[in-house]
Amino acid sequence: MPKMMYRNAVVTTIAEEMARDENVVCLGEDIVGGMGTPGGPEAIGGIWSTSTGLFGKFGADRVIDTPISESAIMGAAAGLALSGKRPIAELMFADFIGVSLDQIWNQLAKFRYMFGGKTKCPAVIRMAYGAGYNAAAQHSQAVHQILTGMPGLKVVMPSTPADVKGLLRTAIRDDDPVIFLEHKALYGMSGEVPDDPEFMIPFGHARLSRAGQDVTIVSTGLLLGFCEAVADRLAAEGIGCDVIDLRTTSPLDEETILDSVEVTGRLIVVDEAPPRCSLAGDICALVAEKAFAALKAPPLAVNPPHTPVPFARELESAYLPSVDKIEAAVRKVLAYR
Amino acid sequence: MQLSREALLRAYRQMKVIREFEERLHTDIQTGEIAGFTHLYCGQEAVAVGVCEHLSVEDKIVSTHRGHGHCLAKGCDVNGMMKEIWGSREGLCKGKGGSMHIADIDKGMLGANGIVGAGSPIAVGAGIACKIDGKGHVAITFSGDGACNQGTTFEAMNMAVVTKAATIFVFENNHYSEHTGFEYAVGTQRDIASRAEAFGMKVWRGDGTDFFSVFETMREVLEYVRTPGNGPAAVEFDTERFFGHFEGDPQRYRGPGELDRIREFRDCLKNFRKSVTDAGVLDHADLDALDAEVLEAIEESVRQAKAADRPTAEDVLTDVYISY
Ligand SMILES: Cc1ncc(C[n+]2csc(CCOP(=O)(O)OP(=O)(O)O)c2C)c(N)n1
Ligand SMILES: [Mg+2]
Repeated sequence: MPKMMYRNAVVTTIAEEMARDENVVCLGEDIVGGMGTPGGPEAIGGIWSTSTGLFGKFGADRVIDTPISESAIMGAAAGLALSGKRPIAELMFADFIGVSLDQIWNQLAKFRYMFGGKTKCPAVIRMAYGAGYNAAAQHSQAVHQILTGMPGLKVVMPSTPADVKGLLRTAIRDDDPVIFLEHKALYGMSGEVPDDPEFMIPFGHARLSRAGQDVTIVSTGLLLGFCEAVADRLAAEGIGCDVIDLRTTSPLDEETILDSVEVTGRLIVVDEAPPRCSLAGDICALVAEKAFAALKAPPLAVNPPHTPVPFARELESAYLPSVDKIEAAVRKVLAYR
Repeated sequence: MQLSREALLRAYRQMKVIREFEERLHTDIQTGEIAGFTHLYCGQEAVAVGVCEHLSVEDKIVSTHRGHGHCLAKGCDVNGMMKEIWGSREGLCKGKGGSMHIADIDKGMLGANGIVGAGSPIAVGAGIACKIDGKGHVAITFSGDGACNQGTTFEAMNMAVVTKAATIFVFENNHYSEHTGFEYAVGTQRDIASRAEAFGMKVWRGDGTDFFSVFETMREVLEYVRTPGNGPAAVEFDTERFFGHFEGDPQRYRGPGELDRIREFRDCLKNFRKSVTDAGVLDHADLDALDAEVLEAIEESVRQAKAADRPTAEDVLTDVYISY
């Protein structure tokens, strides 16, 4: 299998799908880059290099560079989707859902339901999320917690280049609105990626990335790699961890989580968003409700604290769950009796 | 040139502080010691200073992601700012905010802002407060040619007009929003002020690379907005950004020789020096002395920033609320 970076998996998949289906169109700020400048179109692609070359291949009608107008971008995606197109809209930073949330939440997500099932809204909203760049409180947030709670949206959080490819293709071909969350600290991650142009990963199917008998660790995104590192450390001591990569937070693969906890009896959920009303809390509640009898210890959520994301290096690293913090949590759950 | 010698020296010094602050950051960022995204204001100094030299601490400003110049011009402490950008707990915002979120409410500086277009609505609120207080104070929002395309900016303009807020919309057109040219992104081609006019505001235009153009234009704008009953106004300054959008930007969207050209002909500090020496009101020695003094002040701010206390893990938890 060829190796590819996470960011290249994004742009390659988009290009393949645009070539396959002429209804697929992209829009977003600076996704062409250089429009209206001496350097000209594509002088610089988008800031994440997740749209490089698309404009040259597919032209201005299908690769739409937009002004800084997030509300209009998301609204336009909704309108395109209602008009037979399959838009892929990019939000440069996930934090900017703040500016555009109405079009995502009250429009895109609800059309089908409000219109009595008479319409489909095949839009993909891609956004770069997450901390790790010392980009401070308005450019570092993990927003899956907000969006996962919205009925009508599907929410995808790939953790590897291969998953980007398989899940993004599924997202583009899906007839419902899909939020596609790309962790900015993973863009440079390299990994093997199937080059089958039909490679797809279905939504709602988690991936077991490490297998063990003693404890279940659930995560996704950047922190999944941290969990794997913990599992590898503990494996050396003979402690076995199931590490479950959720891949999609909506729909949620309850079965894989519950099956694992039935065996291990111990659960840790590692989540990049703040703790209140969180994905981690949600999954702990699920397990408490549906696998109570199997539990040997209280389920444990590992989240950042209930604070905005701080700027300084020392503060941001104290804020984020780390390998050490996750390991400590695993040991705590193992020590419980 | 109606300004006193002292006023001229002060204005020059303010612009020079911004210039050297940014040039120094540009150098220090390359060492990797400074974290985060930094957007430098170099090239636009005449706008921040030409506006803020008219203001008292009672007047408010709301800034952008490219906020260092506005902060310095409004009186934020150079050392406190440098420490903040270096992420120290002794920084103006205790290392919590960094370059994009510098604020000093006591100085009337209501915050740089990482969300493009977020500032203008805030300045409407501050401008309504000024109107209610009735003391002739104003609130100023700085926005770029990119931010002027944001719905929040349009809403703010209309709301300022209907509420007769004492708000001034200062548009700094530096021709680029990130890597996109304003001729592509601003539908009203080369013209942001006309939008404000369409919302019912009196508008002005000026050369943002010429301190005197900015300063004299702002004298009129401020006289107008400080007059009870007039409501808001807008002004567009044509200006230049000397560095990339953020530090690390390869700037491939620029034309050949563009950076040299704007540094040569559109440098507000050079333009200022030429005007005042040609007119014989200041001589080169006066300005050279200030240059040296400013360089030393910036050097000192870096010394302090490097030596300042670092934040600790416990600091993450403070200042989320006043009480909880
Ligand atoms: C809501 C929002 N959208 C996009 C961005 C990313 N971004 C930061 S600065 C910028 C360009 C702003 O251009 P302009 O208003 O002209 O200001 P300048 O950078 O030229 O000072 C963009 C797109 C952002 N920070 N916030
Ligand atoms: Mg600009």
